[in-house]
Amino acid sequence: MPADAAVASRPGAEMAAADVIVAVRGVSMVYGSNVEALRDVDLDIPRGKLTSLLGPSGCGKTTLLKIIAGLLEPVAGSVHVDGKLVIGPGPERAFVFQDFALLPWATVLRNVAFGLELRGMAKAAREEVARRYVREVGLVGFEDKYPHELSGGMRQRVGLARALAVDAEVLLLDEPFSAVDEQTRRKFQEDLIALRATEKKTFVFVTHSIEEAVYISDRIVLLSPRPGRIDAVIEPEIDRSGAPDDIRRDRHYLDTVEEIWHGLKKYVG
Amino acid sequence: MQKEYDLRKAREETGARFYQRAGFLRLASFALFALAWEIAGRVPISFAFPTFSDTAVALLTMIASGELPRAYVSTLQPLVLGVVLSAVIGVTLGVFCGLWRLAEWITIPVFVVLQAAPVAALIPLVTFVYGIGLLAKTLAVVILALPVVVLNAYRAVGNVNTTLIAMCRSFLGNRRQEIAKVILPDASPVIFAGLRLGVAAGFVGVVLAELLITPTGIGDLITFHRSRADYAEMYATITSIIALSTLTLIGLQRIEVRVFRPEKGGR
Repeated sequence: MPADAAVASRPGAEMAAADVIVAVRGVSMVYGSNVEALRDVDLDIPRGKLTSLLGPSGCGKTTLLKIIAGLLEPVAGSVHVDGKLVIGPGPERAFVFQDFALLPWATVLRNVAFGLELRGMAKAAREEVARRYVREVGLVGFEDKYPHELSGGMRQRVGLARALAVDAEVLLLDEPFSAVDEQTRRKFQEDLIALRATEKKTFVFVTHSIEEAVYISDRIVLLSPRPGRIDAVIEPEIDRSGAPDDIRRDRHYLDTVEEIWHGLKKYVG
Repeated sequence: MQKEYDLRKAREETGARFYQRAGFLRLASFALFALAWEIAGRVPISFAFPTFSDTAVALLTMIASGELPRAYVSTLQPLVLGVVLSAVIGVTLGVFCGLWRLAEWITIPVFVVLQAAPVAALIPLVTFVYGIGLLAKTLAVVILALPVVVLNAYRAVGNVNTTLIAMCRSFLGNRRQEIAKVILPDASPVIFAGLRLGVAAGFVGVVLAELLITPTGIGDLITFHRSRADYAEMYATITSIIALSTLTLIGLQRIEVRVFRPEKGGR
């Protein structure tokens, strides 16, 4: 069912545009006095889809994500989420950090519940929610472990569960799998696709891996480096109903990876 | 299943053996130290250097006669007062400076200078201004202990993991939650390192005060027994204060693990 629905609704860059959840308008960012990270970026992110920000290092993709998160303030332009102007972090957005950002002194359960703890939810209630998401990301049995007792992949699952637990509509993921080994990364990508089917949320995903972007995304935003601008928007039409390995061998998947690589080549080296 | 159980049991036994061995090693290390001391005392390396056994006997005698407990009653007053004051004021001030730019500019240079200065040289000055009572001795403890506590707390707060702060903000933590739930626990290992150094410095301060200001308590015992050439008693007194200082530091470490960093307990 989900695969057919996705394909059917696809001929709609226009249709998707009708339901934009994140609207970025004229955003520019300068670090210090002369490092221009982003220049005049306009971007619409459709609701309920997974959008990747893809580009070589230095293209400002993480900067753009942090501006959407409200963690950085742009020097010009604005971001609206669900029609509301972003002036800081908000309850409708949750962030997954590249280096996990777990509290080393807190157990897995407390880390997952931390967003709810900050919102003042009672201990029993927030732990019940946290247990549900610990199960969802596959960490049952590790609730009372500390982060240093977990592998990198498991730590990022904690980070993901923490973001899911606050029930935000938009999940912002900053290269979440880059500090994780390749096998774990693939498993993670497959789990993320499954997770998308159960959690009806909007994902904005920063990555520098073309394969990763094509494999998981409904829409890929290519950024050019220094200063970061939008180079192209690609909607890979890949049938994800099949087995993960079939997808990685799919003609269309391979062609899209190739096409993006040719587009990015000019910026590399 | 049986095999798994056996494995686990074996691992637990290895664990228990490890702890027994760690205890045994500690004991062995102490015995070795005592033996070396005994030999050095018997050689003798100096007529003023007693053997381990003489010192141990002197220690027990002094405890039994009430001489040592009486001395500690008077030494512990300025020590405990000074160390507690330094800990409370030092951590508060250091954290405050780490969080607030203006306080940092006003306060930190003073403590950098104080830490660099040979503070023992200031103790006669303290006597000159504050006399020879409890106040002067407490002040001597504070002067030695406070700078290192302040500076460590300040640096600990300045070096807090910025991603954790961003995480707290992104999950809508307010400033108060950010300080209580992220900054203080993350800074606590360095703050406690400062406290341990501060407590050690406080011991130095109190002994210096009792040697330089007026001979009371432990300082008096050391001076008195040295003047009578009762070297075993003198060494027993010195050993006792070293032991007390060490035990205090170990206790502090236990508190740190229990209260702030439970994840370090299992390591």
